[in-house]
Amino acid sequence: MPNDSQESITTRIWSEEAQPDNPFAASVSRCSGFDVYGDLLKNASYIEYLFLLFKLEPPTKNQSKLLEGIAIALANLGPRDHAIRAAMNAGVGGSTHASALIAALSVGAGNLGGAREVYLAMQYWQQCSTSIDQWQDLIIDPPQQERLDVWHPMEHPPGFDPNGVSCPQPVIQTLEHLAEVGGTLHLKWLCENRTALEGFTNCPLAFSGVAAAAFYDLELLPEQAEMLFLLLRLPGAAVHGLEQEKLGWRKYPFFSKGFKVTE
Amino acid sequence: MTGHSKLEKYEDNWQTSMGGWFPGEKVVLRGKNVFTELNDRSWMEYLLFAATGRESTKIAKLMEGMWVICTSFPDPRIWNNRVSALAGTARSTGALAAAASVAVTEATLYGLKPIKGASDFLYRAMDACPDKDDLEQFVKLELKQHRSIFGYGRPLLNGDERVEPMLNFAQSIGCGDGEFVDLVFQVEDILMNSRLRYRVNIAAVCAGLLADVGMAPMDFYNMMILGFSAGAVPCYIDASKQREGCFFPLRTSRLNYIGAEKDRHWRL
Repeated sequence: MPNDSQESITTRIWSEEAQPDNPFAASVSRCSGFDVYGDLLKNASYIEYLFLLFKLEPPTKNQSKLLEGIAIALANLGPRDHAIRAAMNAGVGGSTHASALIAALSVGAGNLGGAREVYLAMQYWQQCSTSIDQWQDLIIDPPQQERLDVWHPMEHPPGFDPNGVSCPQPVIQTLEHLAEVGGTLHLKWLCENRTALEGFTNCPLAFSGVAAAAFYDLELLPEQAEMLFLLLRLPGAAVHGLEQEKLGWRKYPFFSKGFKVTE
Repeated sequence: MTGHSKLEKYEDNWQTSMGGWFPGEKVVLRGKNVFTELNDRSWMEYLLFAATGRESTKIAKLMEGMWVICTSFPDPRIWNNRVSALAGTARSTGALAAAASVAVTEATLYGLKPIKGASDFLYRAMDACPDKDDLEQFVKLELKQHRSIFGYGRPLLNGDERVEPMLNFAQSIGCGDGEFVDLVFQVEDILMNSRLRYRVNIAAVCAGLLADVGMAPMDFYNMMILGFSAGAVPCYIDASKQREGCFFPLRTSRLNYIGAEKDRHWRL
């Protein structure tokens, strides 16, 4: 406990006991009451611990499988993904490794295939749940920004790919797998109503849309979902950034042919 | 083991001569009142004072020339700028784009590592070869140890179109005739006569210009951290004004897979 004269960090997540000889080092660290290094380290999986960090309660078996499925699906969206391309740009120039992840986070944060899109799609779920009529209304008449924000206004329905043609197989495979292992209401509903929703949006479901449904079924808040969507995509950014660092800028597209300056 | 943590005496105790905010009263930077003593400075003069403690209109002007002429190319293919363009096309925010581009600018191929490295090289060369007698040997040893010299050679092309306009600008404000700038071109002569035929690039020229006004490698680095941002911001704006997701899209066939056999199966 801090003494009364000192400012302190208030947290529900973490508590510590000091080493006997050093008040600046912890001898025991607990996450929501669980001894991290004496208990979780031996007995919890990484996914279970990740769930605990966000939810402060251990996951059920289905929740674990659901989060693990999301984590695998998002770990690497491939080197054509905007966020991963950002990381590779750090790699080819020999930038610091942290900057590759910073670049991936910055680019992967946005409204198109990014974490902000997941945040907004979560709000759609909060508003519409499993009412197809409400989804239709919201897609046709989406909320408008009343005041200018740092974020651009959405240019497409969140969770759908405005440049897509049909729903890509990996998105469908992920949706079906998550609905099966999670056994949860909204993912199942999305499986059954995907094509109807795509009819309203006139564009196919995207990974961001599947992730939002899964996070909603895990009863995460939109801002928690936004954070997880940023975090879970970093492995791909890391490995592709490192790979391109080794290969070098000569083997990476510079788009010399496709760039034209119009005066 | 001391029995006490080294951190104890710093607990709730941060002492600084750099400055701070006195709420409702004043702001102080390096002992000067920002509202009354620094209020008429240009932003670059303010940054120079903040980063180095030096007050010099001439150095600030030289630095600003470098930011304009040398480091603010609005080309979205340049790797740090490309991150901002990608952020724009993916509809992220301008600050996230700029922050990422600044971080990525700390690159080996361009940006902050050559800036710091070129300045460090020139100072070491000047120390080791005050009469320039052993300069060729020093350059060869540097190449042997590191395979390259920051400030010489360039990706995509040899030679640097920024050198002449930067030197012209420097001369227009009374810079460019110092011993470090001489050294920059003496090293270029040595490298041009080697098998590498490296020409000087702008990092060495700027490092030389700044060394001649007493700016150390860390000064140059600190002053250039944000120096590339004016190239990144327009790339972000441009991409965010064009259709979302359309900045150099890549079809699947643009992947040149060179890994393990293409179709393997995970153990069950």
